[in-house]
Amino acid sequence: MVLDKKKKIRNFSIIAHIDHGKSTLADKLIESTGLISQREMANQILDNMDLERERGITIKLQAIRLVYKAKDGEEYLLNLIDTPGHVDFTYEVSRSLAACEGAVLVVDAAQGIEAQTLANVYLATDNDLEIIPVINKIDLPSADPSRIKNEIEDVIGIEAQDAPLISAKEGVGIEDVLESIVKKVPAPKGDRDAPLKALIFDSYYDLYRGVIASIRVKEGTIRKNSKIKMMSTGKIFEVDEVGLFLSTLVPVDELSAGEVGYVAASIKNVKDTRVGDTITDANNPAQEPLPGYKKINPMVYCGIYPADGAKYEDLRDALDKLQLNDAALQFEPETSVALGFGFRCGFLGLLHMEIIQERLEREYNIDLVTTAPSVIYKVVKTNNETIWVDNPTNLPPAVEIDYMEEPIVNASIMAPTEFLGSVMELCQERRGVYKTMNYMEEKRVVLEYELPLNEIIYDFFDALKSRTKGYASFDYELKDYQRSSLVKLDILLNTEIVDALSFIIHNDKAYNRGRAIAEKLKEVIPRQMFEIPIQAAIGGKIIARETIRAMRKDVLSKCYGGDISRKRKLLEKQKEGKKRMRQVGNVEVPQEAFMAVLKLN
Amino acid sequence: MEYCGLYIHIPFCKKKCYYCDFPSYCNLENLIKPYIAALKKEIQLVSVKYPDIKIKTIFIGGGTPTYINYKYIIEIIELIKYCFEIKNNAEISIEGNPGTFDLNKLLEYRKVGINRLSIGLQAWQDNLLKKLGRIHTQKQFKQAMDNAKVAGFENINIDLIFGLPEQCIEDWKETLEKVTLLQPTHLSCYSLKIEEETPFYALYKQGKLQIDEDLEREMYYYTKKFLNSKGYHHYEISNFAKTDFECIHNGIYWDVKPYIGLGSSAHSFINNHRYSNTNTVSRYIKELSEDRLPIKNINKINQEQLMQEYMFLGMRKIDGVSSKEFNKIFGKDIDFVYWNVLRELQEKGLIEKGEKIYLTSKGLDFANHVFQSFL
Repeated sequence: MVLDKKKKIRNFSIIAHIDHGKSTLADKLIESTGLISQREMANQILDNMDLERERGITIKLQAIRLVYKAKDGEEYLLNLIDTPGHVDFTYEVSRSLAACEGAVLVVDAAQGIEAQTLANVYLATDNDLEIIPVINKIDLPSADPSRIKNEIEDVIGIEAQDAPLISAKEGVGIEDVLESIVKKVPAPKGDRDAPLKALIFDSYYDLYRGVIASIRVKEGTIRKNSKIKMMSTGKIFEVDEVGLFLSTLVPVDELSAGEVGYVAASIKNVKDTRVGDTITDANNPAQEPLPGYKKINPMVYCGIYPADGAKYEDLRDALDKLQLNDAALQFEPETSVALGFGFRCGFLGLLHMEIIQERLEREYNIDLVTTAPSVIYKVVKTNNETIWVDNPTNLPPAVEIDYMEEPIVNASIMAPTEFLGSVMELCQERRGVYKTMNYMEEKRVVLEYELPLNEIIYDFFDALKSRTKGYASFDYELKDYQRSSLVKLDILLNTEIVDALSFIIHNDKAYNRGRAIAEKLKEVIPRQMFEIPIQAAIGGKIIARETIRAMRKDVLSKCYGGDISRKRKLLEKQKEGKKRMRQVGNVEVPQEAFMAVLKLN
Repeated sequence: MEYCGLYIHIPFCKKKCYYCDFPSYCNLENLIKPYIAALKKEIQLVSVKYPDIKIKTIFIGGGTPTYINYKYIIEIIELIKYCFEIKNNAEISIEGNPGTFDLNKLLEYRKVGINRLSIGLQAWQDNLLKKLGRIHTQKQFKQAMDNAKVAGFENINIDLIFGLPEQCIEDWKETLEKVTLLQPTHLSCYSLKIEEETPFYALYKQGKLQIDEDLEREMYYYTKKFLNSKGYHHYEISNFAKTDFECIHNGIYWDVKPYIGLGSSAHSFINNHRYSNTNTVSRYIKELSEDRLPIKNINKINQEQLMQEYMFLGMRKIDGVSSKEFNKIFGKDIDFVYWNVLRELQEKGLIEKGEKIYLTSKGLDFANHVFQSFL
């Protein structure tokens, strides 16, 4: 009986390039298995954050259990484990894939394989998953399923001739996908009586129950009231509740090998339920944790300051709350001469950074000023001390530095061959080192480059998109740290260094970047009552200079009859504008200026 | 009850100038007659509403009040005299544009008691007048000036604009020189501001209007120097007058004293309330035809706002505001209320501070910066 139960379980994920229809397919699977009626279903229930829905991407992954009566007459339990759809969250994707036995690979019938498709397929094969190709959007006029089938076979090397042809949007072919999952995804293995090994693939903070961890039980059984241990930290908790992901959380007595569900154990912080960690039984612990756990470290840092200094504590509270659900977000207080009190925050990548910034502004209603993002540099000082610098302000003086290293990523860029030249040019400009190139088919190519991370955190993706008319896709992973000739570029306003505008850059690029920033600042800083020199400097050496001419007048000479309200409104507007300025020395700098350095082209 | 200023708005023009965003309209001639009827109704309703007020000044502005039939103006003034108590020798001004009045009109205005004429000249040179969309020539202006004197106007203002596109410093110097030769008692010299929703704004956005700020300031500095040498003293940012010929009506605005505005778009400030009439001429007419005052926005001005206004309006005057006066009105020490602001402005060299607090020459250039700091 127990054995039978496991045979009927299918644990799977859906993987796809962004916009290829992953979330829509997930919705349709949920809908067609009748777990939730269409009426109940607010569009795309797996993407339940507003931000996710707007951006059409999944940020936090979740799981859901479906019951499907297959054509063989048997009922199967399908655990759909959703994965985040962006390169920043590669690790989270890999852990949720590790919770599965199979992956449905969604490929757009018109666009075919993209960089993320491949990246996800590699992750899936790393986890020994059975891959089920599905060709979506066959209702599009430009759909070419037979070409895409061949592409999948050629590029990925998996059989694709009988891949279901579907239109998730129109609800066409959903049954075929479900049948394929039942037939092709292997039933989970594992011994329900072995010592407990459960993989944490997600967690979130619930106001009433504490942290809810999403788990896949690989070995053994987890029960209510049992004592569990987190194998990476050794922390012990008592289980309050285990349960299943139906349309809501539904408690059960136990979860055993092969099952997917959740565990709540009065855990106060998501940091104690790290994604990838193994939960075992405190009284009968497993010898070894499940493979693949690693502590995730931020790759990109930036300073986040409240636009209104009085909101500093609000910002701290908001970051605290966000961190409850996002173990990857790191922050610590910092101060800037220009921006006052704020936080240096660490993110998995640029998108992660943007999402956090947007959530702070939108959900917590805090206007922010953010500094240019930085990577973390390794600095070896002349006294042999090694320090890691994530804030350019903290870089020691040049004389104390023996050498510096910067993070390098392996980047793969997929683009139509007609853009090959522009892509290579771009990578060259960004100090890329060419590795290999593979033709995926006659007209598309995958370029592999080694790129310094600090070259891609500003605007690389935008530049790539614009130079390839949006056709290129891009994926990267951290490779290592390499020695590099880096300098700190300072910006001076009215001869005073503005700490929040300093950044670290490769020596060869400092001059151009310095000049571009000075020009940009000249555009965004309004004229004031005095002339303002803008200078870019390395050490004490000025490498670029612009001047903001003095404003000559600011006076309403006209007499609007007795319309004092109009005068007041004009003055109030002006006052409001000033409030949004930061006083740097005696110069008023608009908040956009601090971010303007990001958008130089 | 305190003395009150009375503003009468005549929203009609023969033609709209290219820089003008005032609530004035051309091609509404068919509304003039009903408008005057409505205005009369408003005068009566307001006089009933405020039975105790005394009128210190009357200012008939526009638009172009001299454009409409002079009989209407006379009827209005007569009715005001009938409905309100008017101070002896009250200043009664009318605005006019050359080309819209003759000697006869002016004589009629004089007869009914109008004692101040404000002529819109704006520029001396015919080519500049044309570019501004003015309807008159230099010659017509000279004629108007002659007529004004013949009619017996002893208090004449001339409105001028500097910082015009394509206006060079010599043009402006010539303007001031020629105008002062005609001996007006008062000059208003406004710096051109390009207002939204004007033809000038559209041109400016297309990059077809060149404005030179340095030149504009040079003109302003020259104006102050030159007019001073001709016996006009600078008494407000844009206003110059011979001794005792300052505009009393405008002084009411800068001193935050009460005034009532009649006519469409007119603004009032009385009993610590600011309000305005509807901007729409037809609506104004309709409301009054139904015996309703066409008031659209009423704001009660609290003590703090009043202080702010006292500062940002009072500082427009070259003499500035008096600490004693401030204390008398608000029962508070000005240094106590605006300590930080005043100190900062002083440090920036924008104001000078003794018993009176007033704008420095630099402060005149950056007056808005000074004003907004009191908010």
